[in-house]
Amino acid sequence: MIKPRTLFDKLWNSHLVDIQDGDLIYIDRHLVHEVTSPQAFEGLRNGGRRVRRGKMTLLVADHNVPTTNRSNGIIDIESCVQVQTLEDNAKAFCLEYFGMEDIRQGIVHIIGPEQGFTLPGTTIVCGDSHTSTHGAFGALAFGIGTSEVEHVLATQTLIQHPAKNMLVRVDGVLPVNVTSKDLALYIIGKLGTAGGTGYVIEYVGEVISSLSMESRMTICNMTIEAGARAGIIAPDKTTFEYLQDRPMSPKGIMWQNAIAYWKTLTSDRGAYYDAELFINANSLVPMVTWGTSPEDVLPITGCVPDPVVVVNPSKRAAVERSLIYMGLIPGTPLTDIKIDVVFIGSCTNGRIEDFRAAASILKGKKIASNVKLLAVPGSGLVKKQAEDEGLDIIFREAGAQWREPGCSMCLAMNADKLDEGERSASTSNRNFEGRQGRGGRTHLVSPIMAAAAALTGKLTDVRKL
Amino acid sequence: MDKFTKFTGIVAPLPIINVDTDMIIPKQFLKTIKRTGLGKNLFNEMRYTKDGLEISDFVLNKPAYRLASILVTGSNFGCGSSREHAPWALFDFGIRCVIAPTFADIFYNNCFKNGILLIKLPQSDVDQLIFDAKNEASPMISIDLEKHEITCHDDICIKFEIDSFRKHCLLNGLDDIDLTLQKKNKIERFEIHHHLEQPWL
Ligand code: SF4
Repeated sequence: MIKPRTLFDKLWNSHLVDIQDGDLIYIDRHLVHEVTSPQAFEGLRNGGRRVRRGKMTLLVADHNVPTTNRSNGIIDIESCVQVQTLEDNAKAFCLEYFGMEDIRQGIVHIIGPEQGFTLPGTTIVCGDSHTSTHGAFGALAFGIGTSEVEHVLATQTLIQHPAKNMLVRVDGVLPVNVTSKDLALYIIGKLGTAGGTGYVIEYVGEVISSLSMESRMTICNMTIEAGARAGIIAPDKTTFEYLQDRPMSPKGIMWQNAIAYWKTLTSDRGAYYDAELFINANSLVPMVTWGTSPEDVLPITGCVPDPVVVVNPSKRAAVERSLIYMGLIPGTPLTDIKIDVVFIGSCTNGRIEDFRAAASILKGKKIASNVKLLAVPGSGLVKKQAEDEGLDIIFREAGAQWREPGCSMCLAMNADKLDEGERSASTSNRNFEGRQGRGGRTHLVSPIMAAAAALTGKLTDVRKL
Repeated sequence: MDKFTKFTGIVAPLPIINVDTDMIIPKQFLKTIKRTGLGKNLFNEMRYTKDGLEISDFVLNKPAYRLASILVTGSNFGCGSSREHAPWALFDFGIRCVIAPTFADIFYNNCFKNGILLIKLPQSDVDQLIFDAKNEASPMISIDLEKHEITCHDDICIKFEIDSFRKHCLLNGLDDIDLTLQKKNKIERFEIHHHLEQPWL
């Protein structure tokens, strides 16, 4: 009998080119953005090498692009050079490129799925850790460094070590106003930011099956924050429906053949996992981070923790450091924490479903007078869809700024950033020191929690609004 | 890539866990299109005030550690983004080796590709190295990659483990891409087979 295999094992084995000197695996899809690619293309040029499979490569500018009026191009000279370099490289190496004026432009992890570039059963890489997002489609997708970007461009392969398998099963039903973002934060809190190191996490269970593709992407996106290499969810009807008729999805008879193959992409019964985590979703509540690591997470009903009770000395030192940076006093109820800025967007929560959810909270209301709310769609197509549905009007009437697509305040490489000491409720994925601007303080939340915080000017339990 | 065999250097202690890539090199320095020149911005926000003045009690600003080439630090070092700017900044500053109980995955790969040796040691060894680095007048250690050995000031020797392929590449300064291109035929054969299985790709 053949040994039962996990979905990860199947994806790995079906891409193995060679096993001498480390596993050499084939890469089907390569997404490239402006920040982590210039040195890779420079390396190709210096080595006199070509791009091996241009058709498997898609370029887009997202990290640096302005989210305000783009008619004058990019004002910041360095950002402009970086984006221009990407465009030049696209031309020089004959690669598909979505420029700033293209409606398909957006955050790399939003446009891949949107275009049907992301497909089940593929290996997908990008010079960006949140490439894990694409695992929601039953693809093996992970972030790589610039040297590896160059390696993939030149060879369409990567030298990798196989990961260990972790299973996360989520059963029950997510309560009303508790979202897949809350679930993702909860899991990171359980595992810790290094708990997934060396693993690929497969998510299964009633809750996962019932989630939309957008919500599944949020979970796989955040998987990297638990230290795991990738997150995967077996493809099913929801996946196929999402992909059907996307511009780059297979068509006609190919589509039928593809579906037949994709249906085989599940873990075998009895497959072995090196670690397992079981969660019942019934009692989950909205989550919020209080510190400077995504593992510093608590239910919104909680209070700022006291380092005195932390036993592990290096962990205690980390909590103390976080609290000083965040300007928080132990014991303060989280709902007493005042907010200056709310950011709704990013590859974690910048999809249409996220804007619909936030709009449902904001509809007919005004945000608190001391709050600035930035709504940044994840792509030009998400923006258009939202506008077609009138969501932009709801946001604007509530007092929000409705912006052009890009990474924006998720990492604050463009003009969208927190000032020293400013505090945000953000739907993005990282609350690291300085992430949203030097001295800026980030609380990670779901889109509806972000909208609720915008209305009251404080971290708020959206269930009580 | 430079070859890495043996070397002796100053150890700087950074006893913080979960040092993320935003701390190692903040995003405002990611706009470069070069690999060099990032050393002056390594650990920028811990190292300089908002106005660009040195913060005197940050370890790399202290006279004893300004020329450090080895960093000893807490677990999960390098977590966060995949930016290779983090190893580039470390390398440009002069760091050739980082010692910690654990490292984040992507960062781990990135360092070896840039000739930086990462050594995983048990917490107790790391604690001892941090203690020594803080208390010695001249906190030097020697690292011998061939023998998997760290030698400390009083000739105490600590063994470490390393994957044989990574070691081979570091010792010989090998470029992965050249190695892989030697397998061109295997890649071509794979592509034919792969296309038959998933022709829609
Ligand atoms: S939105 Fe944030 S996390 Fe996502 S790709 Fe952009 S910068 Fe990275």
